[in-house]
Amino acid sequence: MADPKEAIKEKSMVIQKDMLAKQFNDLSKAKELGKKVVYTFVPGNLTELILAFDMLPVYPEINALQSGMRKKSGDYIKDAEKIGYSEDVCTYVKCDIGMMLNGNIGPTGEKLPSPDLLLLSYTGCFTFLKWFENLERLYPGVPVAMLHTPYQEDGKITKDQVDYMVKQLKEEVIPKFEQVTGKKYDPARLSKLLENSVKAEEYWVKILEMAKNKPSPIDAYFAGVYYMGPINTAFRGTDECVEYYQELYNEVNERVKNKQLPVNPEGEMKEERFRLVVEGPPNWTNFREFWKIFYDMGAVIVASTYTKVGGLYDTGFRHNPAEPLESLAKYCMGCYTNLNLPQRVELIEKYVKEYKADGFLINSIKSCNSFSAGQLMIMRQIEQRTGVPVGFIESDLVDPRYFSYANIKNRLESYFQMLEQRKIILKQEQAIV
Amino acid sequence: MSKYYLGVDLGSTTSKAVIINEQDEIIGRGITNTRANYAVAADIARDEALYNARFSVLEKKLEKEINARPEYKKYITDLESVFQYEQFKVKLDRLGDELVKTCNNFFKEEKKRNEILNHLRNIRRAFKPKIKHDYLYNNLGAKNQFFRDIVSEKYNEEVNKLDMQLFEPLMTVWDKSISPAENQRVQFNFKELVHKAMDELREKYKNLPETTADTSVNFDAEINLLKGNFDHVAETLRQHIDEIAELEFHISNMTGTGYGRALLPFPSDCIRSEILCHAFGAHAVFPETRTVLDIGGQDTKAIQVDKYGLVTSFQMNDRCAAGCGRYLGYIADEMSISLNELGPMAMKAEKEVNICSTCTVFAGAELRELTNLGEKREDILGGLHKAIIMRAMSLIARSGGVFNEFTFTGGVARNPAVIKYLTKLVRENYGDIIKINIHTDSIFMGALGGAMFARRNIQADLPSSKKEKETV
Repeated sequence: MADPKEAIKEKSMVIQKDMLAKQFNDLSKAKELGKKVVYTFVPGNLTELILAFDMLPVYPEINALQSGMRKKSGDYIKDAEKIGYSEDVCTYVKCDIGMMLNGNIGPTGEKLPSPDLLLLSYTGCFTFLKWFENLERLYPGVPVAMLHTPYQEDGKITKDQVDYMVKQLKEEVIPKFEQVTGKKYDPARLSKLLENSVKAEEYWVKILEMAKNKPSPIDAYFAGVYYMGPINTAFRGTDECVEYYQELYNEVNERVKNKQLPVNPEGEMKEERFRLVVEGPPNWTNFREFWKIFYDMGAVIVASTYTKVGGLYDTGFRHNPAEPLESLAKYCMGCYTNLNLPQRVELIEKYVKEYKADGFLINSIKSCNSFSAGQLMIMRQIEQRTGVPVGFIESDLVDPRYFSYANIKNRLESYFQMLEQRKIILKQEQAIV
Repeated sequence: MSKYYLGVDLGSTTSKAVIINEQDEIIGRGITNTRANYAVAADIARDEALYNARFSVLEKKLEKEINARPEYKKYITDLESVFQYEQFKVKLDRLGDELVKTCNNFFKEEKKRNEILNHLRNIRRAFKPKIKHDYLYNNLGAKNQFFRDIVSEKYNEEVNKLDMQLFEPLMTVWDKSISPAENQRVQFNFKELVHKAMDELREKYKNLPETTADTSVNFDAEINLLKGNFDHVAETLRQHIDEIAELEFHISNMTGTGYGRALLPFPSDCIRSEILCHAFGAHAVFPETRTVLDIGGQDTKAIQVDKYGLVTSFQMNDRCAAGCGRYLGYIADEMSISLNELGPMAMKAEKEVNICSTCTVFAGAELRELTNLGEKREDILGGLHKAIIMRAMSLIARSGGVFNEFTFTGGVARNPAVIKYLTKLVRENYGDIIKINIHTDSIFMGALGGAMFARRNIQADLPSSKKEKETV
């Protein structure tokens, strides 16, 4: 991650840093603390259920992206390729495998504990299946619980689908949790955690929607990936999570009142020139450089789809403490990568219109089929439906070999000039009319 | 005072400069090979565009006379090529100095040094008149006309005539000298040089044979007529030349574009993306343009524009430059023919051999294997050209397809086989109604778009580029 001496951070970021430090410290001492460790994925994660069993979750994707930011992913990927993983395999997988081969040292430099359970809750990404098959081989004998989230092929969540998922939770997931922890499932405890989830979700949606202000007080992509951390991963349902979002909400609210612009690692932006909606994950290996291209050009991301991979709340979904398992099922099915392409188009169209964006940009990820498939269609649809200029760049999640600074900068520069020129000429046209 | 606007397009292979007047008419074009020193490349292209602009003005001044005696136009084109030769001579002297310098530094042993120096002198003596002849009689024709290409071709020719043992030392001296020589910008005195060119031209006409027996020169009845009239015309011509030499071209604004744009010594708000410039240039020349395909040295761009010439979306090749100009250059080298001969040879294809061509280097291997299998060169080249267009078609599809009208720009647009397959595939995929535009100035579209942006004074002032304006 960025050097704290150089980077200027918001207060909430500092809080989050402490939360993460504690999380990884707990993880490093899991065995001493007598806590069981479960490895699982971010999209459609069952954090509240995991916490209801006093287990500690580990998210391999997060470790991979952290390794990317800490410039370690290149070596990890090479190590995974050395033992036979092909060039085309998802780089999160290779980075994660490489990290494990190198002693499983986490982002804080502390060793990550081995899993007591592999919870394969796969949502929107079929590589997850293969990923955990490989982890199973790395950790022989560790039980695997599988939760299949049906894809929203028809663009809606049906009762049958919810029943199907609840059945899996009751018959597969919960029994495995009970077996590993030796504890009984406590629905009341889960509901209590879900109450906290709802509180955090309320704040989170309000925070995201503050980007509708002109100028936007936040960057909903580059800073958004920090903001989304607690709610999308290990903290949803906790008191700290609610506190974090309350603090963040106050902070952003303050920024709106003062008409302040987003904060980036070099300070506060001076001018909002372009408002963009971005689709796709960011590149992690050159995150700071990538971000800098945007803020140097005065571009602010007002909405992004990537921040919704761990849960989509701004279309109305909230966890429901009254129906804990059903709401977990609906949450899993509602995550961004589990939406079908027309739903994704509709969501992005809504963002472009409601957040009054000047443009729509796709960062297409070479090694992520689940995100990248269909993006050209999405782009064309958005162009037709909204009339904003669209842009397309390509990079990768954590393989530094696929981040070409010159190519990306060249395309982004052209794209921003395109937006700028459009503003000027359209203004001239309007003046004539 | 008339106002002029400059656009410089610093591409990966060639650097182009265009000067336009207030009516958006191109009055000067300059082109050179891009070299390690981008600023020099840009300066040379600009200088050439300025010289060319003077000749354009000269032609305009003499419009009436030329209309009355159309054959007089030849004097001006002749004068311009002799003028280029005069520049060439100066550059050649610089190269000569470099060669001697390198030789002195490189060969410590006196005997060896003197031997090489002696060969260098002989080589130069041998090729100088040949080059002069090519310039004076417009024999450079379809070949590349950049200094480096012309000299290196002749130098190689001469070296190959010598003993094999001399090949390595002579080529080493060459390799070490050509870049420093090429990276020097030579400031010419236009007036002085153009008068020299007039003298040279007088000699040329005086020495023209009386009959058409000598086929080595482009001799025809028209030239015969010109020959008789040169002395008569020369006096008036010299007066006009003095006037245009004194002309001051006031460049009111300029735009730099292309790959090396960030390195141009321009104020940073005068730097603009080549995607926008190509689109703007193409749209200006063909105002109904909605889709632009630009194939340059190392990238292919498919661009969609609206009725204002504004870019609405674009796609570029990202990780591989197969199918671009450099690819053709590589293939030409592999086949030991010049780049400009590729297209005409491919036009003779009777069928298109299937070429995979996802990689430039592999295409070379494929080429050898196919030759080995007995495929004809023409047919292989036909297949290669088709493969290039297939790649471009995929990029066009990604950008949204072809909308009427379709304009093709970039250096590769001069290749007839590329045009043939592009036309065929565009019509097959998007219908016969698509109007395809290709302009003779297609390689200059980026520079033209840049100059037009400069004339409209559309600022590219993004916050990141707000530096102090520097004077150029």
